[in-house]
Amino acid sequence: MVAVTPATDRYLENFDRFARVAADSGQEWLRPVRQAAIARFAELGFPTIRDEDWRFTNVAPIAQASFARANGSRTELSPRDIDQFAVPGLVGPQLVFVNGRYAPRLSSPGSLSDGATVSSLAQAFTDARTVLEPHLARYADYARDGFTALNTAFMEDGGFVYVPRGRVIEAPIRLLYVSTETADPIVTHPRNVIVLEEDSQAVIVEEYVALGAEVYFSNVVTEVVVGQNSVLSHYLIERDSEQAFNVSTLRVQQGRSSNVASHTVLLGGALVRNNVHPVMAGEGSECLINGLFMATGRQHMDNFMRVEHASPHCDSRQFYNGILDGRSHGVFSGRIIVHKDAQKTDAKQTNKNLLLSEEAQIDSKPQLEIYADDVKCTHGATIGQMDEGAIFYLRSRGIAEDAARALLLFGFANESLERMKVGPIRKYLEALVTQWLPQGKLVEES
Amino acid sequence: MLEIKNLYVKAGNHEILKGVHLKVNAGEVHSIMGPNGSGKSTLAQVLAGRETYEVTRGEVLYEGKNLLEMAPEERACEGVFMAFQYPVEIPGVSSAQFLKAALNAIRRARGLEELDAMEFLALVKQKFKVLGVDEKLLHRSVNEGFSGGEKKRNEIFQMALLEPRLCILDETDSGLDIDALKIVASGVNGLRSPGRAILVITHYQRLLNYIIPDYVHVLVEGRIVRSGGKELALELEEKGYALIEGGAGAAAPGRR
Repeated sequence: MVAVTPATDRYLENFDRFARVAADSGQEWLRPVRQAAIARFAELGFPTIRDEDWRFTNVAPIAQASFARANGSRTELSPRDIDQFAVPGLVGPQLVFVNGRYAPRLSSPGSLSDGATVSSLAQAFTDARTVLEPHLARYADYARDGFTALNTAFMEDGGFVYVPRGRVIEAPIRLLYVSTETADPIVTHPRNVIVLEEDSQAVIVEEYVALGAEVYFSNVVTEVVVGQNSVLSHYLIERDSEQAFNVSTLRVQQGRSSNVASHTVLLGGALVRNNVHPVMAGEGSECLINGLFMATGRQHMDNFMRVEHASPHCDSRQFYNGILDGRSHGVFSGRIIVHKDAQKTDAKQTNKNLLLSEEAQIDSKPQLEIYADDVKCTHGATIGQMDEGAIFYLRSRGIAEDAARALLLFGFANESLERMKVGPIRKYLEALVTQWLPQGKLVEES
Repeated sequence: MLEIKNLYVKAGNHEILKGVHLKVNAGEVHSIMGPNGSGKSTLAQVLAGRETYEVTRGEVLYEGKNLLEMAPEERACEGVFMAFQYPVEIPGVSSAQFLKAALNAIRRARGLEELDAMEFLALVKQKFKVLGVDEKLLHRSVNEGFSGGEKKRNEIFQMALLEPRLCILDETDSGLDIDALKIVASGVNGLRSPGRAILVITHYQRLLNYIIPDYVHVLVEGRIVRSGGKELALELEEKGYALIEGGAGAAAPGRR
């Protein structure tokens, strides 16, 4: 084994205890993958800025902090405590997790007929092994990434959604992760597994919120398998506490003629890393990757896209908008990989950024790796201040200058929200974005 | 209504307007014609309050008040409206949101009740009908993806909705085919009224076949070199600006 840095030691020690307990709770079948993952984490450790994929994000604050494992003692919350996170008008199954563990009393999984399942992953480990086993840890590659390895070693709960062949679930399925105050800062490793069989359809909303201003670390992996001719929309809404760390990886495996939309809105957290990694494995699949990140104060938000075209005739569209205020730092890395056989690939990437202060910073980095010869790939990035011509236009129609600025900022953020098809979610996000904006109330009043 | 006295304007170090005089009364339609680079659009932008230009001398009175001291939004609230030569695209802001914000800002300034969403929609639909604008426009982002003609028509639509007293059309005809031109012109003609003045800035005489001006002024190199009735536009069409420029010295300095 390679030399282990002290930062990773604690996790290795914790793992031994964790593995003993887990082995006693009917999760014996997970042991080999957990063992392999922790061994790999021991080798990889946490990434550093010398690692090309982490050049702009220093995770030392995560690596050096001492996070306790969320222990079994559940924090008791009442439904009233989480009322504030309700999405008006949204009807559908909802699973609530408190400090990483499923909270049945706060959840309403509903009852889906025809073999569709929405449950906690902990339960699925016992009840749905046959569905899970062929997919779990097969796509999110723990051999390559330390955070994914850590998650895979420690995974114990999260959301599990299974949609059988031909089934359409119209109501969005929401996975709500609530962090509460704890005696010591804790780390959780939420693991979500979403499996859509052929010809099916579902909408997943994954959201991270906090009840206070506590420090914690969410290390999330979401594995999604989208079968042939299936349609999936995934929403990630990140509203962690201002002191929180959130590293999340969305790994999507797409079958033939499948259609996936990934929507991300980052609003909270001190240090956030958002990995989005679809692999278009089946011919003729489509993928929309749509994101908005808004940072202020000393927030750091890193968006790392890795879009793989592994088959012919696939289309991908990436649109990420960033608004950076205060002394915040934003990152957008958009890598498009076109495999040798992926002829007729059509890939497009746009990253637009607005800097609202002198000290705010953005690093935007497109990266194309093309091994096929008949492809269409375009990328573009802009970094700028607000358009004075547009401000004048609004003012010349009677709108006061501060309201004009607020309206323009809203419009910039709203470009991303407009691509989201679920009305209640879009409205919910419009309200959150408006709250975030300096002078946002001027948008509401107009 | 509008009185421009000896107006000098600079953009950077470049002097564009060099002593413009113009007086426009309520109920009148004036046209300002001139070759490219004569300062026509600068004049329009200065009247609307664009801050990239610097007024170095002269004054502009609007209904007796010093227009140049007012912020762009104050001018709009006082009833000044400029239809842009190049209307700006505003992605992510729906036309409905924009128009409602503008209309209510102006209504507040006029001491009128703000309109709620229902009242606003009813008013807009009524105005849409008059101008033959598609209602779908309300849900589209402001000017985004509009054709040139659609953008210009949208400007005139805004004018009809906001009911200004002084309308300034900055090359609203440029780039329009004849059908679009007729629609725009009929929209403008519908707004002619005894209480309203219209200033039509154009390079070409063509628009003036449809919006018949009471007065025509010729702007050359930052000065109004000739003023006359609508027949002056025809003369320009026939002889071109070169002739007028040649005779600039002999022309009246733009006072009526």
